[in-house]
Amino acid sequence: MATPAVPAGSPPATPAPAPTPAVVPAPASAPAPAPAPAPAPAPAAAPAPPAAPADPAAAAAPPAAPGQTPASAPGPAQTSAPSLPGPALPGPFPGGRVVRLHPVILASIVDSYERRNEGAARVIGTLLGTVDKHSVEVTNCFSVPHNESEDEVAVDMEFAKNMYELHKKVSPNELILGWYATGHDITEHSVLIHEYYSREAPNPIHLTVDTSLQNGRMGIKAYVSTLMGVPGRTMGVMFTPLTVKYAYYDTERIGVDLIMKTCFSPNRVIGLSSDLQQVGGASARIQDALSTVLQYAEDVLSGKVSADNTVGRFLMSLVNQVPKIVPDDFETMLNSNINDLLMVTYLANLTQSQIALNEKLVNL
Amino acid sequence: MASRKEGTGSTAASSGSTTGAVGKGKGKGGPGDSAVKQVQIDGLVVLKIIKHYQEEGQGTEVVQGVLLGLVVEDRLEITNCFPFPQHTEDDAEFDEVQYQMEMMRSLRHVNIDHLHVGWYQSTYYGSFVTRALLDSQFSYQHAIEESVVLIYDPIKTAQGSLSLKAYRLTPKLMEVCKEKDFSPEALKKANITFEHMFEEVPIVIKNSHLINVLMWELEKKSAVADKHELLSLASSNHLGKNLQLLMDRVDEMSQDIVKYNTYMRNTSKQQQQKHQQRRQQENMQRQSRGEPPLPEEDLSKLFKPPQAPARMDSLLIAGQINTYCQNIKEFTAQNLGKLFMAQALQEYNN
Repeated sequence: MATPAVPAGSPPATPAPAPTPAVVPAPASAPAPAPAPAPAPAPAAAPAPPAAPADPAAAAAPPAAPGQTPASAPGPAQTSAPSLPGPALPGPFPGGRVVRLHPVILASIVDSYERRNEGAARVIGTLLGTVDKHSVEVTNCFSVPHNESEDEVAVDMEFAKNMYELHKKVSPNELILGWYATGHDITEHSVLIHEYYSREAPNPIHLTVDTSLQNGRMGIKAYVSTLMGVPGRTMGVMFTPLTVKYAYYDTERIGVDLIMKTCFSPNRVIGLSSDLQQVGGASARIQDALSTVLQYAEDVLSGKVSADNTVGRFLMSLVNQVPKIVPDDFETMLNSNINDLLMVTYLANLTQSQIALNEKLVNL
Repeated sequence: MASRKEGTGSTAASSGSTTGAVGKGKGKGGPGDSAVKQVQIDGLVVLKIIKHYQEEGQGTEVVQGVLLGLVVEDRLEITNCFPFPQHTEDDAEFDEVQYQMEMMRSLRHVNIDHLHVGWYQSTYYGSFVTRALLDSQFSYQHAIEESVVLIYDPIKTAQGSLSLKAYRLTPKLMEVCKEKDFSPEALKKANITFEHMFEEVPIVIKNSHLINVLMWELEKKSAVADKHELLSLASSNHLGKNLQLLMDRVDEMSQDIVKYNTYMRNTSKQQQQKHQQRRQQENMQRQSRGEPPLPEEDLSKLFKPPQAPARMDSLLIAGQINTYCQNIKEFTAQNLGKLFMAQALQEYNN
């Protein structure tokens, strides 16, 4: 989405106050369908390396402009909290414009939302992670108790500090990166909380996870706050969106795949499969992929879909993956491998019977 | 009915009430039965364990952590977990118990279940049957009857499918550990074989609805290419390592057996009886000659009976060998399947 520099350069002159709910939900809420697709393509480019965010950012910059103009419309009804002193927010965003989230964070957030106290509309917590040149990687989080009412908000920062110390003992590399909140709005209180957090970390990130499922989607967005307004006068604070990408370790990918299977089971319970079941499952997945590819090929042949050369090349390399080996050689290779495996199985069984025998003998 | 524990950190109180509730719930479980028939894990816990190992546990170091949750009838629900810092050289001031207490107190503030229900550990190629594990699990199970240890195998998981197993000590082994008597006679009396040391409890993974929604979101948004490591045929490295570990253990086992054999031989070769006979003969001769008999020397000082070798270690080794063998068999079964599939593909090609 829009870089922090852009709104400063070409702002609508009105110092729209920080919580500008209009700026943020404009992409999310129904009446502005044009900006709505904009967040979707940006995270969908996730597989591209982090250096590529320039492209989705450029593509999303134009939709950001109509997002900003409605900001002036609701008018600065809230003039109370927002005018923060300049030096609280130093410098440009340190890690670039990409926030990489691990799935464990989101699961943690949803879990703490489910366990919230009675009457609390949302939960907040701290985000931990690492910063590097191109992006910010959020790898851990913990929830922080807080009280929120109409006119005031209280966050237990002592608790946050203690938890951070404890977490540091396990992973000394993690820094406080910012904070998260559930719910789809940025409220006035968010500004205050953001200010608390800017004391802990330079330029904190704010992450929102929409657990109220507005629009039938659980929107996950990240923001960083920037100053805006006419220089010399009271400055306002605006939350500018950031690109959110999802980072997975390999093992995390496998874990998430497994956990995702609960979506399909009636009582949301799955057991861990074993042995050949796993191989069967994996091959079923490949079969599905192959049938999609076959469908595509047939469509192209019957003229329903226009042929695409790149896809064609991929298909050709796919079919050529099966190596062309002289059948006899293949037989030999196959048999020797099978023999190895059978021998190992036999040895394992032998060892097991050996130790069982040993037990019996010793216990005589 | 869910028995939510409102106790403080004192596990003794909670264990008392827990066993009470479990007894009421089951009614027909005898004293030999295990209290836990199934372990239900939240998706969140799985992700946290994976993340913890990935970040902190490269190499052969094991990473450990504590599991939190509650007990529902004969099912153990694990709803959260937190990692334990690894032991470093400069941990003179580090107080594990204090860390745990602080963590649990803080988690209680945010409504996370604070009942300890077990612990987790990562493992290197499946080698987890050690004395340390036994001791830890015993102390956990002694304090909280339903606790389990979750063994997470990261290398196997990286090969394609999550490898997470839950183990408990069998009641028989609990008895022996309670006596703290690991001599061969006690073990023989208890009739423990290596197969009856640990019992595996089946695991299911359960997610709440909201987490399911999250999963759908993630799937839509982050189309990371599916890696099909599970179907890869190039897995001989893994097999080789497994076999290497198995061989090491078998060597240890054979050493143990040799020790035991020597012991048996020594016992049988004992000259004790012969010496006694000669003494008696001499005494009789002296009596016939009218001299005072030689004092009966303390035979035990002369012939110390050889030390019976410790049986616990060999039990552990046998258990470990068993685990390795099972892993290997599972692995070869999968590979055979993959090879046959490759054969089918090749045949079709020709």
